[in-house]
Amino acid sequence: MKEEVIFSLDTPYRESCRIRAFSFGSGHKTCAVVAGIRGNEVQQMYVASLLVNKLRRLEEENGFLRDHQVLVIPCANPFSMNVNSRFWPMDQTDINRMFPGYDKGETTQRIADSIFQVVRKYEYGIHLASFYLPGDFIPHVRIMNTGYENAGLGNLFGLPFVVVSEPTPFDTTTLNYNWQIWDAKAFSVYTRETEMIDSQSAKMARNGILRFLNRVGCIRYPSSNGFLPTVVEEKKMLKIHTEHAGIFHRLRDPGDEVEEGEILAEILDPLTGDITDRIKAPAHGIVFFAMRQPLISIHEIAFRIITDLHS
Amino acid sequence: MSPEKEKASGTVVTVARTDLPVREQLMLQKMHYVPEAEDAGKRICLVTGIHGDELEGQLVAYQVNRRIQEHPEFLHGTVDIYPAMNPLGINTIKRGIPGFDLDMNRTFPGDEQGSMIEYFVNQAFMDMEGADFAIDLHASNIFLRELPQVRISEETEEMLLPYAQLLNLDFIWIHGAATVLQSTLAHSLNDVGTRCLVVEMGVGMRLTQEYASQVTEGIFNLMRHEGIWEGPTRLTHFPVTCRDQVEFLNANAAGIFIPSVQHDIHLKKGQTIGVIADPLTGTDRETIKAPQDGLLFTLREYPVVYPGSLLGRIFVSGPKARSGKEEDKA
Repeated sequence: MKEEVIFSLDTPYRESCRIRAFSFGSGHKTCAVVAGIRGNEVQQMYVASLLVNKLRRLEEENGFLRDHQVLVIPCANPFSMNVNSRFWPMDQTDINRMFPGYDKGETTQRIADSIFQVVRKYEYGIHLASFYLPGDFIPHVRIMNTGYENAGLGNLFGLPFVVVSEPTPFDTTTLNYNWQIWDAKAFSVYTRETEMIDSQSAKMARNGILRFLNRVGCIRYPSSNGFLPTVVEEKKMLKIHTEHAGIFHRLRDPGDEVEEGEILAEILDPLTGDITDRIKAPAHGIVFFAMRQPLISIHEIAFRIITDLHS
Repeated sequence: MSPEKEKASGTVVTVARTDLPVREQLMLQKMHYVPEAEDAGKRICLVTGIHGDELEGQLVAYQVNRRIQEHPEFLHGTVDIYPAMNPLGINTIKRGIPGFDLDMNRTFPGDEQGSMIEYFVNQAFMDMEGADFAIDLHASNIFLRELPQVRISEETEEMLLPYAQLLNLDFIWIHGAATVLQSTLAHSLNDVGTRCLVVEMGVGMRLTQEYASQVTEGIFNLMRHEGIWEGPTRLTHFPVTCRDQVEFLNANAAGIFIPSVQHDIHLKKGQTIGVIADPLTGTDRETIKAPQDGLLFTLREYPVVYPGSLLGRIFVSGPKARSGKEEDKA
């Protein structure tokens, strides 16, 4: 294992911000894994740290095949992580909206550029990511439909679902999108958590990445086959919006299979405790996403449900 | 939309509303003016407050309201004033929307089936769609001070430049298109045929009265040109047009930026603009000099800087933007 600082930035009254990368194996740049681009992505950093730990042991035990190299950046934004800020603390910009970056630009453009210059050389790119809405997911691999994607490769992770999403204009400045534009095969891996650590889904994500590396011939890693994934188009998922505001009392979690008419959550009046609404499943399916926060407004997306289980 | 409160010749209208968790309605409101004694004429939307820390447009909205109320007889078209597109941001001193990751100006035209904010944005967008003009007023951010200017993408230059020249500004910046700009209010409105001009001026979290009066005058001048307003207007500024002849000054050191020049001056090549100082040691970590002659139309206002922080922008060719000439239009 080689550890190197790929970027260093002087800042007022603090130690320099240093981004560290760990590399394993040698030769062909097979796969880069990036986590912790946002300062609250603790779970994502934890998954990457588990991966570093395992890859180091594999390398020591000659588990890497010839001419394959893996790079892991467990925390691309330690500066924000150390002050518990999701975005860059000075100007609240999001490094994951700055790719491919610009080396003569603003601070976060420079950080994005420094990361991208290193990771764009790899054949496969994996971003351990979090979503822009607060909530819980089924662990899954997400692939953007850029015209360059290959959904079939997503199956190699052996995670329960592979989600193909349509990029919006603001997605065009993410790491995943730019990886694909620069000819890497890019995946975003989502677990259940962001700010808190969930060991079970973290290990599922780590094992998924190791399974992927094994199946593309990079490492020798005997493991279970994982899941036979279901490939889902995000636009076909049902969105269930709230029709009342108040306290959100969730009764079903991501991964639960639900029947049509089953109660997924109750909305309580925040002052009297009266139940003002019961959110019901509009069809049989599996809960893919569930809002987590206890207070909810009208017209929030409370749940997303996969109904087309045979696609 | 529901009319609510009569105000002189205008009506306060709620464009979108939703319930927040604890017994509070979030409302997006506009002031709606129609002429007193004729058809609605052409329609212009004055939009501001997409970023909650940009307040310069508040004063413009106030001044436009006041002038219409003082002289409703001059109005021959429809004027809609949206002073607070992001009411929660303005209310809580936040640039973005509390609890929502995305910049509101990266979510247009919104999504009726999206999250609460995307729905809210979509309702506002649909209310503006179909207007003849929209002016989207911004105030840079808390870090930079800007000369009053219009920013136009190359692809909309032909459609917008003649109208931008009517707005009594110092500067028109025609810039290359970036993909992410596709999700701004301006791009989305222009895309559906509502001509939208983006005005930047001043600095975040502050009001610059001189700039507000200048831009207010320009808005009435545009309205006069389009037959929406027949009252007098008084032009004081004639903009220069810039096509990316801009030098960006970015910091290469961390510290405290101490400018040695004023905003809105012509610089000579090599002239010192300021230093990045280290107060701990009393040393200068970097001296910032003008790379070329030109107009300093952007200057950093917030002193703390990192490597990469934008310190200023220089328009590197053409005459000084402010001519000093005045023109009365009665």
